[in-house]
Amino acid sequence: MSVYFPQKKLPYLLVLPQLIITAIFFLWPAGQAVLQAFYREDAFGLSQQFVGLENFVDLFSDPLYYKSMLVTMVFSFSVAFLGIGVALWLAVMADRVIRGKMVYQTLLVWPYAVAPALAGVLWWILFDPNIGPIALFLDRIGLHWNHFLNGDQAMILVVISATWKQISYNFLFFLAGLQAIPRSLIEAAAIDGASSFRRFWDIVFPLLSPTTFFLLVVNLVYAFFDTFGVIDTTTQGGPDGSTNTLVYKVFKDGFIGLDSGGSAAQSIVLMAIVGLMTVIQFRFIERKVQY
Amino acid sequence: MRKSMIATAVLGMSVASTSFAATQIEWWHAMGGANGEKLNEIVKEFNDSQSKYEVDPVFKGTYTETMTSAIAAFRAHKQPAIVQVFEVGTATMMAAKGAIYPVYKLMKDTKTGFDPKAYLSSVTGYYSDVKGNMLSMPFNSSTPVLYYNKEMFKKAGISAPPKTWEEVETVSKKLLASGAKCGFTTGWQSWVQLENLSARHNVPFASNDDGFTGLDTKLLFNGPLQVMHITKMREWQKSGIFSYGGRRSDSAPKFYSQQCGMYTGSSSAYGGMTRNAKFDFGVSSLPYWASEVKQPDNTIIGGASLWVLQGKDKAQYKAAAAFLQFLSTPKIQAEWHQFTGYLPITHAAYDLTKKEGFYQSHPGTEAAVIQMTATQPTVNSRGLRLGNFVQIRDVINGALESVWSGKETPQAALDTAVKRGDVLLRKFEKTHN
Repeated sequence: MSVYFPQKKLPYLLVLPQLIITAIFFLWPAGQAVLQAFYREDAFGLSQQFVGLENFVDLFSDPLYYKSMLVTMVFSFSVAFLGIGVALWLAVMADRVIRGKMVYQTLLVWPYAVAPALAGVLWWILFDPNIGPIALFLDRIGLHWNHFLNGDQAMILVVISATWKQISYNFLFFLAGLQAIPRSLIEAAAIDGASSFRRFWDIVFPLLSPTTFFLLVVNLVYAFFDTFGVIDTTTQGGPDGSTNTLVYKVFKDGFIGLDSGGSAAQSIVLMAIVGLMTVIQFRFIERKVQY
Repeated sequence: MRKSMIATAVLGMSVASTSFAATQIEWWHAMGGANGEKLNEIVKEFNDSQSKYEVDPVFKGTYTETMTSAIAAFRAHKQPAIVQVFEVGTATMMAAKGAIYPVYKLMKDTKTGFDPKAYLSSVTGYYSDVKGNMLSMPFNSSTPVLYYNKEMFKKAGISAPPKTWEEVETVSKKLLASGAKCGFTTGWQSWVQLENLSARHNVPFASNDDGFTGLDTKLLFNGPLQVMHITKMREWQKSGIFSYGGRRSDSAPKFYSQQCGMYTGSSSAYGGMTRNAKFDFGVSSLPYWASEVKQPDNTIIGGASLWVLQGKDKAQYKAAAAFLQFLSTPKIQAEWHQFTGYLPITHAAYDLTKKEGFYQSHPGTEAAVIQMTATQPTVNSRGLRLGNFVQIRDVINGALESVWSGKETPQAALDTAVKRGDVLLRKFEKTHN
């Protein structure tokens, strides 16, 4: 569907406010970051020195940076798959509920209203090895919980904290997707004798694939960029860097370490990685999506 | 609604006009909670005591947030006159020569009475240049001490707190035998178990007199003493004598909940202790290795100091100088020391607190002061001046955690930490050359 405007200028005028906002809040800072990545600067900005690609060379000769990349991959895919899986399961369940439907749905959406940092603090208290109820419970059933020392447990903790909120968001989309599936399709399959699992796998899931694909992209972007609050309030990247994701490293080196050049170089690399991943997703996974 | 808005506006203007006469300066700080209220009280006392100057205290969040927002503000030419910076930010501030107004110079330029000898040298050493000039004004300084659970000690039949690490071992064994889950735990592991360990045994933590005399400093904390101590702690951890509970002060609940009988942490945790420990506790000096030294040196400080920033006018600097002088008066210092548990930074404040009988009524509070003043600081115990120290601490925390989790041996972990830390130091050196 196309809309034709009588004059040529009007459409540009209409999108101008959005363009201005994008330019001021996205393009300009991003341009600054690109510039900064080629300079070495002291914290106060008193001296600035062009160093070419040195910040990037430093970055790629640092073994910790590769470790951080690996950590980020594990973290992001865990968050995305766990978030999508649990939300899909909850949405299918909530869709079947007949009595008190609204109550279930509202309660499941609630966590989305919690700020990321707050979600972090919440889980941090629950899992605190010294005082956390969950940690004490795990200890009682023989599973020694100490995310201050155990890198895998620390990773589980940040994945849970980061996913928890995101489940609500995914849930909402899946529920809407489920409600858009024509009942007649499912009923016809049921008459043909398909089990509830087959009905889900052969009819519901493929019909939900546009939603799932959209959520995969959104969740990965979320895990890559929006999770440093959660990590800061739970593990601060520890123990020994096992939860030090790329975005948290950008934050830590830039804002705590006051190394603007190195941090800017990192954010450019991060931007490139996520851009590349999104392209890959659209080229290869989207083909399997049935609209 | 409208009327009340106008009323507020008029009120606001009249308030503003009365304070026009006074020179206003801002002080950005990181003191939240009870300490923040005390700070506001002190500022109010200053503002009420005279009419020429007015200090406006602004709470900016954590130490890191306060420092980064002051730096960001400086870059935007909106900096406060005074900012509180934590001790690990010291090297960054000192290196920013065009951004700071050294306190000794401020005092001289404004002709404000100022005697550097009035301050505890183990405190001011951290903030002075090699010639002994004070660059920032110490404000809240703490030092690591040993807290112990008197009730658990009694149950285990222990009469006195351990003075040495050797005694910590024997005492801990008794505690474990009497049913304790662990002997001791520690807060701020890099600060307590490596930085202060080195200072207390007069062993360098880094070259160039711990970074005081140059920027080409190299880390030295992988020496025999430090490796021995960390190896011992790893052994203790296996036998339950030591239990690791996290970076910063995350481990304090292990002491509060009476799992561990001892806790090595900041002297400024005293206030929190009295609130959270539902048992009788004592404070003692930080242990040392009797096998290494006969007489331990002073410990080094943590906490923060006040830096004056460039770019203000003369009147504002006069206000800043007057305020810093006010903060150093014995009465204010003693008040602050007694309320917060931070060290008194002047001899006069210490004497005043003694005279008031505070240490008798609050046993243990003097331990930190005695530990700081018993000996003359050496080049290895006056403090650390390392660029990118925040990240170096992070590297050390990571290394120690890999020891506690058994992934690496103490020697290998400390060697790696030194290597990684040196990279950060070289980066700082390059930036400031």
